[in-house]
Amino acid sequence: MQMTLNNVLNMMLRMLETSQTTLLLFFSTLIFSLPLGLLMAFGRMSRIRPVSWLMKMYLLVMRGTPLMLQLIFFMYGIDLPFSRLQVAIIAFSLNYAAYFAEIYRGGIESIPIGQHEAANVLGFSKSQTYFRIILPQVIKKILPPMGNEFMTLVKDTSLAQIIGVMEISALANKMQAYYVTILPVIIAGVFYLVMNSVVSSCFSLAEKRLGYYN
Amino acid sequence: MSVLQVENIKKSFGKDIVLRDISFDIKKGEVLAVIGPSGSGKSTLLRCVTLLEKVDFGYIAYDDLVMTKPTGEKGKAVYSDTQTLQQIRRRFGLVFQNFNLFPHFSVLRNITEAPVCVAGKSREQAESQARTLLDKVGLRDKEHAYPCELSGGQQQRVAIARALAMQPEILFFDEPTSALDPELTGEILKVIRNLADENMTMVIVTHEMAFARDVSDRVIFMDGGVIVEQGDPHQVLENPQSERTRAFLTRFSQN
Repeated sequence: MQMTLNNVLNMMLRMLETSQTTLLLFFSTLIFSLPLGLLMAFGRMSRIRPVSWLMKMYLLVMRGTPLMLQLIFFMYGIDLPFSRLQVAIIAFSLNYAAYFAEIYRGGIESIPIGQHEAANVLGFSKSQTYFRIILPQVIKKILPPMGNEFMTLVKDTSLAQIIGVMEISALANKMQAYYVTILPVIIAGVFYLVMNSVVSSCFSLAEKRLGYYN
Repeated sequence: MSVLQVENIKKSFGKDIVLRDISFDIKKGEVLAVIGPSGSGKSTLLRCVTLLEKVDFGYIAYDDLVMTKPTGEKGKAVYSDTQTLQQIRRRFGLVFQNFNLFPHFSVLRNITEAPVCVAGKSREQAESQARTLLDKVGLRDKEHAYPCELSGGQQQRVAIARALAMQPEILFFDEPTSALDPELTGEILKVIRNLADENMTMVIVTHEMAFARDVSDRVIFMDGGVIVEQGDPHQVLENPQSERTRAFLTRFSQN
């Protein structure tokens, strides 16, 4: 097929439109998985043996099997009364929460015991200690690994096409077949790159903002 | 009236008995120095009376507030309810060997956080009190600094101000100068000396023998989890009765 400027513009517009789905998947996954991961980290560190054991098994399964298989399982293995995109959000959230949980745990365990003790002696409650003393310090420590995960998530959203979610990679594939040109794939690549540039800049900024202490 | 009363406490970590049978009490305004070789149980003792560790046996009370009493099976220590323990925490302060300041808070916030969040003071009230305390430890100009910008000696002085901000009845020091360069110990000892002059009740675990002799009202020498000798600082440090105390002091002065 002849590539006209009109075709190219049309392609880009449809990409832009479809990128909403990609962004929706990205942000929804973060909204659910960031707090969920923290809960999982607490479960993993629980002194109640069965809780920490169960959490450990969960984290092993979620991190030890391909996200693509998990997507297929959530879509076709169990009968959920949700749309394809919603199922994708659920699968992504459960999967990413598992990675976040381990990052949180690493961060929490890296805070010296003296911080807990100082807070304890001053009379802070357990939750005050966590929310005022420990977690703010954890955030600074986990920024670099979190940045990695966020960028991976941007790219992983393309996996949702396996259960029929029309996001930008799926669209690029279709267009490639229709127009018989590699151009849509390149445009899609640029989309991901732009999104990840934004993610990367946000993390650099956050690291700078938190650079006032060691 | 005793500010702190400790009777027959015992503490082990697994098979390792760290405190064998410790009893002592502290009167209001008294300054007690605790000395002894490393591994003698000094720090564990401090951690037990500040609720960072729990004793296995014995009785600990802050004035009228009982922390633990030996009413359990075979005389095991039974701790009071959380509310009482929380009240007890308000009675003491602890200064750590390695300061343990909150690195993400400014100096001022390090001092005001507990008065505001725990004691329920208003932020203005807590801040004006914090500034008075910073004056006292000679760091009035550092209120906006972060701990990482301060020397070890300055950090420790902030830590002392932080502990004082909760207006404790008794202040514990766990080797407050051990993590400092020798030339910085003086500023900390001066602050503690000033507190002693203001009749602050204090327990100081220290390796600074000269300081212990000059500042304290009483010295306890611990070894192997027991109090080997205690009494007047000049008596214990210059003319010890026990062979173990003598051996420790000789070894110490040789180093």
